[in-house]
Amino acid sequence: MTVPASAPLDPPDPVAAVARRRRLRPVTPAAWRRPLALTGLGVIGAWVVIAIFAPLIAPDNPLAQKFAILAPPSAAHWFGTDELGRDVFSRVLYGARITLPLAVILIIAAMIIGAVIGGIAGYFGGWVDNVLMRVADLVFAFPGIILALAIAAALGPQLRNAVIAVIFVSWPSYARLVRSLVLSARSAQYVVASRLLGASGPRILFTDIRPNAAGPVLVLAALDIGNAVLLLSGLSFLGLGAQPPTAEWGAMVAEGAQNFNDWWVGMFPGLAILTVVLAFNFIGDALRDMLDPRTARAVRNI
Amino acid sequence: MSSASTTAAAAPAQGRPRARGRHRDLRRFLLQRLGTGLVLCVGITLVAFVLTHVVPGDPAAANLGQRAIGDPAAVAAFRHQYGLDRPLPVQYVLYLKNLLHGNLGISEQSHRPVRADLAEYVPATIELALFAIVLSMVIGIGLGIVAAVFRDRWPDHLIRVLSLAGVSMPVFWIALVAFYLLFFKLGWLPGGGRLDPTQTAPTHLTGMFTVDAAVHGQWTLFWSALRHLLLPGLVLAIFTVGMLTRFTRASMLEIMGNDYVRAARLKGLPERVVILRHVLRPALVSIITVAGVAFGSLLSGTVLVENIFSWPGVGQYAYRSAVNLDLPAIMGVSLFVALVYIVVNLVVDLLYGVIDPRIRLS
Repeated sequence: MTVPASAPLDPPDPVAAVARRRRLRPVTPAAWRRPLALTGLGVIGAWVVIAIFAPLIAPDNPLAQKFAILAPPSAAHWFGTDELGRDVFSRVLYGARITLPLAVILIIAAMIIGAVIGGIAGYFGGWVDNVLMRVADLVFAFPGIILALAIAAALGPQLRNAVIAVIFVSWPSYARLVRSLVLSARSAQYVVASRLLGASGPRILFTDIRPNAAGPVLVLAALDIGNAVLLLSGLSFLGLGAQPPTAEWGAMVAEGAQNFNDWWVGMFPGLAILTVVLAFNFIGDALRDMLDPRTARAVRNI
Repeated sequence: MSSASTTAAAAPAQGRPRARGRHRDLRRFLLQRLGTGLVLCVGITLVAFVLTHVVPGDPAAANLGQRAIGDPAAVAAFRHQYGLDRPLPVQYVLYLKNLLHGNLGISEQSHRPVRADLAEYVPATIELALFAIVLSMVIGIGLGIVAAVFRDRWPDHLIRVLSLAGVSMPVFWIALVAFYLLFFKLGWLPGGGRLDPTQTAPTHLTGMFTVDAAVHGQWTLFWSALRHLLLPGLVLAIFTVGMLTRFTRASMLEIMGNDYVRAARLKGLPERVVILRHVLRPALVSIITVAGVAFGSLLSGTVLVENIFSWPGVGQYAYRSAVNLDLPAIMGVSLFVALVYIVVNLVVDLLYGVIDPRIRLS
């Protein structure tokens, strides 16, 4: 500001310029600055807004059977209408209100159950560890959907039971991860110190180890939530989750399968699932790259 | 098992100790694997058994029909015949005993022995899953290599997005889209079943139509079976291709950072040799592990995909039995799955030895 306009400008210093650029742009950009992660965040943000404001955004009631049946996409019905004359666009928007909250709830539940079991197994070791981890292996060995199918069928075809089934098949990966984290933390100095001070097992697990295990577990959750959405919508697709007339994406794809020559019925709800899962995976991937390599490998190998 | 290992250990080492040791280790290793597999099998039957007995449905009602259910004597006779009037642990032991005799019970929906049902459906699913896993290993490992070689350049970015899309795809939806496009609109591929309706299955050998037809030289049948395999196989492979691509890329990049890779480059080895022999080969050990996991997820996929392409396999059978609460059939499918798991793990373990001689020795 105080430099007179007539003063000669300093010749540009190339080294300083590069250094300045480097300072501004770290070698590995933070997770939230990567294009894929940003896209993921944007898509999830958009779906959250849609889920919250669905009644305001959707042109029609998702359950109202008041239009021509199986009409192709048009200006009035962007995604066409289904076999009962409902507006597919509105149903897809309302579908976000089911899938997003359920996905979050079930991943949190699976995380808590898995973390508690894995923590107990890792900390106490011995036969407790053996029994718990063999159970986890057992659930793990089963192809997810077949076990979930059996559970959902046994409990009765309901959305709530499908969620329970998905939780049941999801917890072992968290248990394994937490167990491995606890095992490596158990001999760490801060844990040994805490134990020497007379801290109890639960205290060590919850106050000492938990903060250190939280990061990787959250990353695994971010990576896993997409799978949970796929599994849940798959169960609904098979008729074991959401029941008609609920506007749930998997169930809507199943309606599309019934009318497969009217492609729009199943196409758009499927795209909705794809965008949500893809967005979650973008975020999870970027978060995992933030972890240190060894933990990242532990997460990847689960 | 313990007695076998002690006698083996007590045997004096003579002759060629290393070769003998290797054989002994392999045998012990296989025995150990088989042991854990057996435990797993029993565990899975237990889980399936418990699971199917919290079911509110009554198998007697499902089997006897409306008329007989009104007759208490008939119901009691049925329950006695199938041991349903015994305490649960006794029922379980009874089930295990039958199992050892190869008797999986009678399916409540098809009224046939579960073993016969499985014998009919298993080959179709194995054929489909093998086709899909071979396809996804070829494509997935190939794309993973390309991505790792072109790290952080456009092919890598493209492959990264594509593979992420692959693992994010709802398989039942992409099956529907593929069905609509490739069968209904374009008519390039058959839309369902294992053969054209006018064709009859090739002479039974393995039950896998492509193999049977090829063995017997029935080439028109072979092509037809292969064409029918393409659409469901491709759809099934999408997820596992994504999975394997991502994993191949990651493990190749990890190994590329090693000093010996630099050394190989510095001594002037062609890049092709460096990548394939010095990077891919060690990476394959972990890739094979993931391929084993991928095979399990393929089995999951069959439940959804077989339904859409009317592929008469275990996936459809599992779905039908779950929906109809067909307990013996559910148990049978569970056992099949456990068996596949054990076999796949065994194959993976043996492949380790082929890929990495160090593992074979230790």
